[in-house]
Amino acid sequence: MSTEVSEYRKREESVDLSALNQPVEGTEQELLTLNMGPHHPATHGVLRLLVTLEGEVVRDLKPIIGYVHTGIEKTAEDKSYWKVIPVVERMDYLAYYFNAMAFCGAVETLLGVEVPKRAQYLRVIHLELNRILSHLVWLGTTALDLGAISMFWYCFREREKILDLFEYSSGQRMHTRYFQVGGVFEDIPRGWEAKCRDFLDDMPNRVDQYGDLLNRNEIVLRRLRGVCPLDEETLLALGVTGPLLRACGNPWDLRKAAPYSSYDDFEFRIPVGTEGDNYDRYAVRLAEMRESVEIARQALDGLPEGPYIVDDRKIALPPRHELATSMEALIHHFKLVTEGFRVPPGEVYYPIEGPRGELACFVRSDGSSKPARVHMRDPSFVNLQAFAPMVRDAYIADLIATLGMLDPLLGGIDR
Amino acid sequence: MPDATGLELLARELRETDPDSVSDTEFFREKAALHVPPKAIRAVLEFLRGKGFRALMSVHGLDYYPEEPRLGVQYELLDMTEVDRITVKLRVPSDDPHVDSVTPTWPTADHQEREVYDMFGVIFEGHPDLRRILMPEDYEGFPQRRDFPVGGEPVLFTKDAAHGEDYTA
Repeated sequence: MSTEVSEYRKREESVDLSALNQPVEGTEQELLTLNMGPHHPATHGVLRLLVTLEGEVVRDLKPIIGYVHTGIEKTAEDKSYWKVIPVVERMDYLAYYFNAMAFCGAVETLLGVEVPKRAQYLRVIHLELNRILSHLVWLGTTALDLGAISMFWYCFREREKILDLFEYSSGQRMHTRYFQVGGVFEDIPRGWEAKCRDFLDDMPNRVDQYGDLLNRNEIVLRRLRGVCPLDEETLLALGVTGPLLRACGNPWDLRKAAPYSSYDDFEFRIPVGTEGDNYDRYAVRLAEMRESVEIARQALDGLPEGPYIVDDRKIALPPRHELATSMEALIHHFKLVTEGFRVPPGEVYYPIEGPRGELACFVRSDGSSKPARVHMRDPSFVNLQAFAPMVRDAYIADLIATLGMLDPLLGGIDR
Repeated sequence: MPDATGLELLARELRETDPDSVSDTEFFREKAALHVPPKAIRAVLEFLRGKGFRALMSVHGLDYYPEEPRLGVQYELLDMTEVDRITVKLRVPSDDPHVDSVTPTWPTADHQEREVYDMFGVIFEGHPDLRRILMPEDYEGFPQRRDFPVGGEPVLFTKDAAHGEDYTA
């Protein structure tokens, strides 16, 4: 045995390591252009990135988009106003209530319609539930990218409850078409309020649990803290809004700055970060879920009595029971379903605070019953421009984490 | 929002520096808008930046077919301190759809000007990288124009080509 060892030692000593210590010819590394996507699970959809790498370090990046472009804005020009709602809902498919809200708000502004208070409150409740849902999907998938697989199941457990609530109030889980021009489709059914309150009571504890799992997790902290920050000035120059902007301490939130749909009736805080790094982006969104719960609870508490849709029969469908007794109601119903309503000519830009930033709908009417132009200013589309400056000179592993924290939604980007 | 009077004051101040810089003003549904000739766009946006409108929130195109000048580009400006918004609108004819790009001074316009070019064929002079953004690079035509037909897209099935049939029809 001893001979074997000594022979091994001899062989070991005979290995010449000097070649390794010699300087390699040319210290400069070659740049490598690498294609990521469009089919890559960590790109959260069909996003293609052309990445220029120097070793492990990202030197430049070009996003290539358009893989799920379905021409929704073109389709919308071919439909009467109320039939546009379901197609715009399919743009940003995690924020369908927000798309519908931006479009309905723009058309209501063109029509000069005042939405009943109860409808405004019902809209706020659904918008805030939708914001929680969107943030849950973001948290689950992003944590999955960082290796925290169990987070995904926890987040989708709560998302399921929200989808059940949507199904209860509108009959659909996604793309509910609940918001109508002038109000909402139907009043909330009996028992919905109690079910919603159960969820709202439960949700803050769930957010605490997510925090317990992630906030002091050494891996998460190392992946997020101080990683890929971007200063406020650059973000503003690039038109970035939403949680990304708030993570650097700018409290710009349209719900506070320019309240729409009765948001000024509710008390809530705007979470802001200090560093603008990935950790702040994460923490801001986590805190936003809590605030959304508060807003939804206040809206449920103060839900006023009254009509849930505007009483103008030229815009909103007559109640079902009138169709059997009133000839006039039947005519209105027929006209609305076949031709739709006509909108006075004009151009309106209607911005709201989506889960990812300023979501705005531009509608031009030429006086007919179909819009002459519908354009969504989608926050993901604009925010994506900040991705390259964020990850420049960062490691490729941080690129994945930052992409998750950017929270782009390709359905909204490509429309 | 600048009210109707504030809008006129802005327009007058602009006209003092260059008499041709504002062609019309519009106040619709509590929202102010300036109509400007295409060549004045950079100067007008810089002037408004000096007035506090430091954020360019949206650039979008539209088609006024069959009117001429046919294509429109609109710029949505935002003042985050005063919470004010103003729209700057311009029109270009379809036979000479050229506008100065604002991307060098407003980086956020990059993707959005590319989208307007992609969908309407408006050419932004001085844009660093004016390519199609949503449609394929070899696509012909500008699909968001009003006279572009819906459903006119040929569906390619190469199995038909194998049988000698014209698969682009």
